[in-house]
Amino acid sequence: MPPEPDLTPQTVNDPRANDPWAKLRATTNARIGLGRIGDAMPMHDVLAFQLAHAKARDAVHASLDVEALRAALDPPVITVHSEAASREQYLRRPDLGRRLHPDCRPLLTPGDYDAVFVIADGLSATAVAANAIPTLNAVRRRLPHLRIAPIVIATQARVAIGDDIGEALNARLCAILIGERPGLSVAESLGIYLTYAPKRGCRDSARNCISNIHTKGGLSPDAAADTLAWLIREALHRQVTGVGLKEEAQGALPPGPPLRA
Amino acid sequence: MPRYSAILSGETFRFETLKQVLACASPRRSGDELAGLAATSDAQRVAARTILADVPLKTFLSEALIPYESDDVTRLIIDTHDEAAFAPVAHLTVGGLRDWLLSYEADTQALQALAPGLTPEMVAGVSKLMRNQDLIAVARKCSVITRFRNTIGLPGHLSTRLQPNHPTDDLRGIAAATLDGLLYGTGDAVIGVNPATDNVPNCLALLDMLDTLRQRYDIPTQTCVLTHVTNAIEIMNRRGAVDLVFQSIAGSEAANAGFGVSLAILAEAQDAALSLARGTVGDNVMYFETGQGAALSADAHFGIDQQTIEARAYAVARHFRPLLVNTVVGFIGPEYLYDGKQIIRAGLEDHFCGKLLGVPMGCDVCYTNHAEADQDDMDTLMTLLATAGVTFVITVPGADDIMLNYQSLSYHDLLYLRSTFGVRAAPEFEAWLETMGMLDDRGRVRLPERQFVQRLIGADAA
Repeated sequence: MPPEPDLTPQTVNDPRANDPWAKLRATTNARIGLGRIGDAMPMHDVLAFQLAHAKARDAVHASLDVEALRAALDPPVITVHSEAASREQYLRRPDLGRRLHPDCRPLLTPGDYDAVFVIADGLSATAVAANAIPTLNAVRRRLPHLRIAPIVIATQARVAIGDDIGEALNARLCAILIGERPGLSVAESLGIYLTYAPKRGCRDSARNCISNIHTKGGLSPDAAADTLAWLIREALHRQVTGVGLKEEAQGALPPGPPLRA
Repeated sequence: MPRYSAILSGETFRFETLKQVLACASPRRSGDELAGLAATSDAQRVAARTILADVPLKTFLSEALIPYESDDVTRLIIDTHDEAAFAPVAHLTVGGLRDWLLSYEADTQALQALAPGLTPEMVAGVSKLMRNQDLIAVARKCSVITRFRNTIGLPGHLSTRLQPNHPTDDLRGIAAATLDGLLYGTGDAVIGVNPATDNVPNCLALLDMLDTLRQRYDIPTQTCVLTHVTNAIEIMNRRGAVDLVFQSIAGSEAANAGFGVSLAILAEAQDAALSLARGTVGDNVMYFETGQGAALSADAHFGIDQQTIEARAYAVARHFRPLLVNTVVGFIGPEYLYDGKQIIRAGLEDHFCGKLLGVPMGCDVCYTNHAEADQDDMDTLMTLLATAGVTFVITVPGADDIMLNYQSLSYHDLLYLRSTFGVRAAPEFEAWLETMGMLDDRGRVRLPERQFVQRLIGADAA
């Protein structure tokens, strides 16, 4: 009778067996302690990497489901697009993604608005689909008396398209909720940029940013809404956003993540 | 009347300026298209190259792309130009330089002697006339050797930066990624962390952890926290363990101002680091990163194509005798380098230009998720760069940088390069690997036994 095969794992090569890295893995999401086959990465890890990259790529190239967003929002909702005609052009020409298409301008009627909320695809439509509505609803609950413009949905859009939109609506503030560039670990991270007195040509240093909003270990929509509601009140009160608001607000900040100018 | 014109197959092509000739001679890339500088047709591109091939090298000494009066990088290039070193090629055109570089006459010694006589514009210009194989063949003949606690850039050697980044700078997480990398024999160029939170107290804590780790295992390498140079100066004032001063740099005074640096600040930081005398085998104390597109994104490119102004950054680097310089070639995004083909070409150009100018040139072989590239493209680029004799590459756990959200090379990729090309770590570092029992009888990094890993991790936990 042949001897029983020895199935006891022998080496660190088997990630499931007696893993000396288990404790350290709790300290980082980095792909540590993968093991080796010769010089190469084990099959399992190669495929896991490819899946993560595929999901990130899909998030970049996915189209925003505008109808689903409209259905989830109370009317009126206005849909606009940038001057970038395609995803490829959007990726090659960030300048076009920053500009509202002239055809869309007549859709925006000036009014007496404290703020306009823009939902933009940015680099991850997946992020917008997953996290924009919960974040927007949470911030509106916190600011029931804010005079807000119709919600604007913008496609093939970068952050600065909010300047054109806010200017056309004559809104005092523009808050743009936009999909962030996907990483391998998270493809649905949302960012929010807040700009006082939005108009074409605003500098990035005149905005405040809340980033990393997602439900996979990032900032939750509720936590992001706390920070955003606070920023909106302060920005309207002090009539400034960006470095100016960040500096003025030192010490007055609510608990939460560090503010970026 | 336009200064430059060529008739190709009966069609006349005209260019007003040298800048325009250089820009149109570049291989197609998205950043030059974004800037409105690229050739509008492939035929126009060849026409620009045809003209460029006949431009005398001396033209670049008399015709500054950014005026001498208004740009300190131009002043640095002109004021430090070595006429005697230039003499052997002074009579040549750009095309003539291409031929000379490819000739047998241009051996390692000749290229080393020539380096101080070349300007970035000459080097960028000639690279535009060279195919990928030419960029590899000539770079391979260049030798740039630097030293701090080990010797980087010896022939047949390829070093690595171990990059153990963490999104919240968790010290245990960074230590874990560092130990993991050391088990693959990476980190002889530098163990270098990009801090997520770029302030002095945080960077001090990171530096202290890395220095303690280095000393505990007596590793002949250098550590670096890649914080802004002004922070590094402050950290040195507070007696922090600064081996290398890091800074991102670019090819114009205005672009450097966009990074918040000047030549004077870099000099001040270099002096401070030299005064610490922490190097054991040499005093190359600076580490620079560059990348095509940096100047354009700072709106400080002065109508110069992104590859030429990138090469000007190497003149800045060269002035400070760095231990390491690398281009972060695919990091800056598809609006500058659209796809794998553009990233690969740019990586080879940057390496060639750096080496020809005498800079210890490495590369972060990398891409972002919105570029048309993947790990297969990185395999191609690292294989080509290893053939070209790249000084060092960057490695991260599993090729996934979880803080900067992009993909570089993995620790495993280094093992592939070592096995396939026989390239070795810095000799001092290799001796340390041997002492630690980490090499097998054929000099390969052995697959560590579980007990060894546990001992290492256990020591770190203590």
